[in-house]
Amino acid sequence: MRLKSKHKRYALSCLWICLLFFTSAPSFANQEQDAPGLELARQVVKEAKNTTTADHSRFKALNQDFTSGPEITKACLSCHTEAADQLKKTLHWTWLDPNSPKDNQRGKAGYSINNFCISANAMNDHHCNECHIGWNEKGKETEIDCLKCHGQKKINWEEVFQDYKILTESKDPEENVLAKDAQAEIHEAAQSIGRPTRKNCGSCHFSGGGGDGVKHGDLDPSLINPNRKLNVHMGYDGQDFECSRCHTTVAHHVAGRIYGTPASETRHSLLEHDLEPKIMCESCHSDKPHELSSKMNDHTDKVACQACHVPVIAKVLPVQRWWDWSRAGKKKDGKPYDVNGPFGKPVYQSTKGDTKWEKNVIPNYLWFNGSIKGFTAKDMIDPSKVVKLAWPEGNRNEKNARIFPFNIHSGKQPYDTVNKTMTTPLLSGEHGYWTTFDWQDSIQRGAKYLNLPFSGKIDFVETAYVFPSTHMVAPREEALKCNQCHTRPDSRLADLAGFYMPGRDKVKLIDIAGWAIVLSSFVGIVLHALGRIFANGRKKEE
Amino acid sequence: MYSIKMVTTYLYTRYERFWHWLQMALIFLLLITGFEIHGVYTLMGFEEAVEVHNFVGIAWLIAFAFFVFWIFTTGEWKQYVPTTKKLFEVIHYYGIGIFKGEPHPVPKRKGAKHNPLQRLTYLSLATMLLPIQMVTGIFYWTYNSWEAWGLGFISLKIVALIHLAGAFSILTFIVVHVYMTTTGHSIFAHIKAMITGWEEIEEGEEVEDWEKPSLRECPETVSAEKG
Repeated sequence: MRLKSKHKRYALSCLWICLLFFTSAPSFANQEQDAPGLELARQVVKEAKNTTTADHSRFKALNQDFTSGPEITKACLSCHTEAADQLKKTLHWTWLDPNSPKDNQRGKAGYSINNFCISANAMNDHHCNECHIGWNEKGKETEIDCLKCHGQKKINWEEVFQDYKILTESKDPEENVLAKDAQAEIHEAAQSIGRPTRKNCGSCHFSGGGGDGVKHGDLDPSLINPNRKLNVHMGYDGQDFECSRCHTTVAHHVAGRIYGTPASETRHSLLEHDLEPKIMCESCHSDKPHELSSKMNDHTDKVACQACHVPVIAKVLPVQRWWDWSRAGKKKDGKPYDVNGPFGKPVYQSTKGDTKWEKNVIPNYLWFNGSIKGFTAKDMIDPSKVVKLAWPEGNRNEKNARIFPFNIHSGKQPYDTVNKTMTTPLLSGEHGYWTTFDWQDSIQRGAKYLNLPFSGKIDFVETAYVFPSTHMVAPREEALKCNQCHTRPDSRLADLAGFYMPGRDKVKLIDIAGWAIVLSSFVGIVLHALGRIFANGRKKEE
Repeated sequence: MYSIKMVTTYLYTRYERFWHWLQMALIFLLLITGFEIHGVYTLMGFEEAVEVHNFVGIAWLIAFAFFVFWIFTTGEWKQYVPTTKKLFEVIHYYGIGIFKGEPHPVPKRKGAKHNPLQRLTYLSLATMLLPIQMVTGIFYWTYNSWEAWGLGFISLKIVALIHLAGAFSILTFIVVHVYMTTTGHSIFAHIKAMITGWEEIEEGEEVEDWEKPSLRECPETVSAEKG
């Protein structure tokens, strides 16, 4: 009887202690309610509304007849008096990195080299200038084209101005009437003014390198109208962000990385500094974006948000991964030709060589302090190695460095075997390689525009160029799971050395020794037990 | 063959038994989740394993503090004082004597629940292995604060490897420990004792002076014959 009551008390106290332990259990189940970063970000983006106070169609300056693009710009500047001065100081206009040495200046208008169309030849390769925000192909000597970024109605300006000119100058009165239609079209487009949309930015940034999705992998025309599965911030069925929602702008200077200059070095949240650009994830989400008890918050000092939240790029459209210029120039029946491959993308073009395309690309992970070391036509190369034309800077000991996802574009392109420098062939135009298929001549011409020497001897070297994968942020449920990195042998971070990572790393000796000891103790007890059974030495009390 | 009268004695108090089985459960969970974190197998997934491991580890730490309090306030710590007396006899018994049916040189008696080999083993566990696991575990857990604490020079790799080596040691201990429970006068006698507190022991064996704990005024330690 005594035992029974004791058991009851024992059971009760057990139950009580179990309750004590497990009712205060941590957040095994709850997910988001305690995530300050998520809450913060949601507050920041509440109720986006159109806050414009101007209807551009009612402005007198825009209700006149325009015969050329620069006239429209003059009309813009008649009200926006400072806009041109502001803009001409920015990278978008100069195409020059202000923070690089003058004698070896980075930028498309400088000496920068990539492994796409290689060089803009100091803006003399007019094909490249299609993306410059001026009114014609003549680089910076022309008037700014405000409408490239602010125009909400895209028309072929060159064509419509030409039509207008012909129609007004025509002696045929019917054509004079048609000229009014052309002018109406010009008016409509010139008066459709707004903040830059994804379409405006994308007209250059989604199609850089001469086509859709050639360059970035996380920036392509699929982002003009993405769903939230493709981009959780920009999705029309989600937050519907425009680019400028994060790439905030002060006096036409758009927040973002400029070659070696990080987009931000402070990583402040807007609660800390309300006038900081919203360019970092931390700006809205803080550096503790997950629920308070979450181990994920402990990662933010070494792992960029993007590393987990941009798990895959080129999700809708393919991205070019390889461009081998050394194969360019082949002809069929004396004529250049193209060969199409998967995704309807060319795998060979006489003008460009071999290209490879991929969809759903898993990024490469590298340490990144926000600065990308660019390569120029003046820098010396070591042709025995892959030449890194653009590569992230930073290592794990740097406070501001994080593990960051990158799209690495590789290829082969010509270099000067004597000077040991990359060459800068002119591509477009009547003397460009795409017309002449003559490397010697096009490189000679390209070098001349940049005042660079050319020995006349070339070979092809493999190059690599990185793009940070920061757009195409996936919905939370598609973010990387712990065990996609904390695993072996196929950890996403398998290539990052120099630190111990649970689940990924082990010291073979300890594992082997450990299991050997456990196993031998097991063998020991089995033998011991068998010994006891066979020796029949056990005494049993009857 | 010989025959000795057995008496049923209350060896383990309620708290002791509770502590033993709680610790068993906690260590069991820690081993399962710990080796998953080390990438030996996939069971609940890395994330869940880490969360459970951290929680159970802290729970164990708190529970261990209670155990330390208990062991000192009750004087039970004296049961863990190491001795070489009869140590080699005990080793000889488990190595050879047990096969010949020889009697245990230091059988369990009221007030002396550990033989010299157990004293040594449990003392090493409680003062070396488990604290090593706790300390390395706490370091592992607080990895992100090392720099703020001025401990940035510590290598996670070293901490992790010591923690892992400790885990292997504990696993080895468990293998042997569980097997040793079968060496009582019946296969399950020891386990039964750790559940009910009562174990049948040989009558008349006296606790020698060196084995004696402090006198505890606990009525439940008074032996009682069953039946």
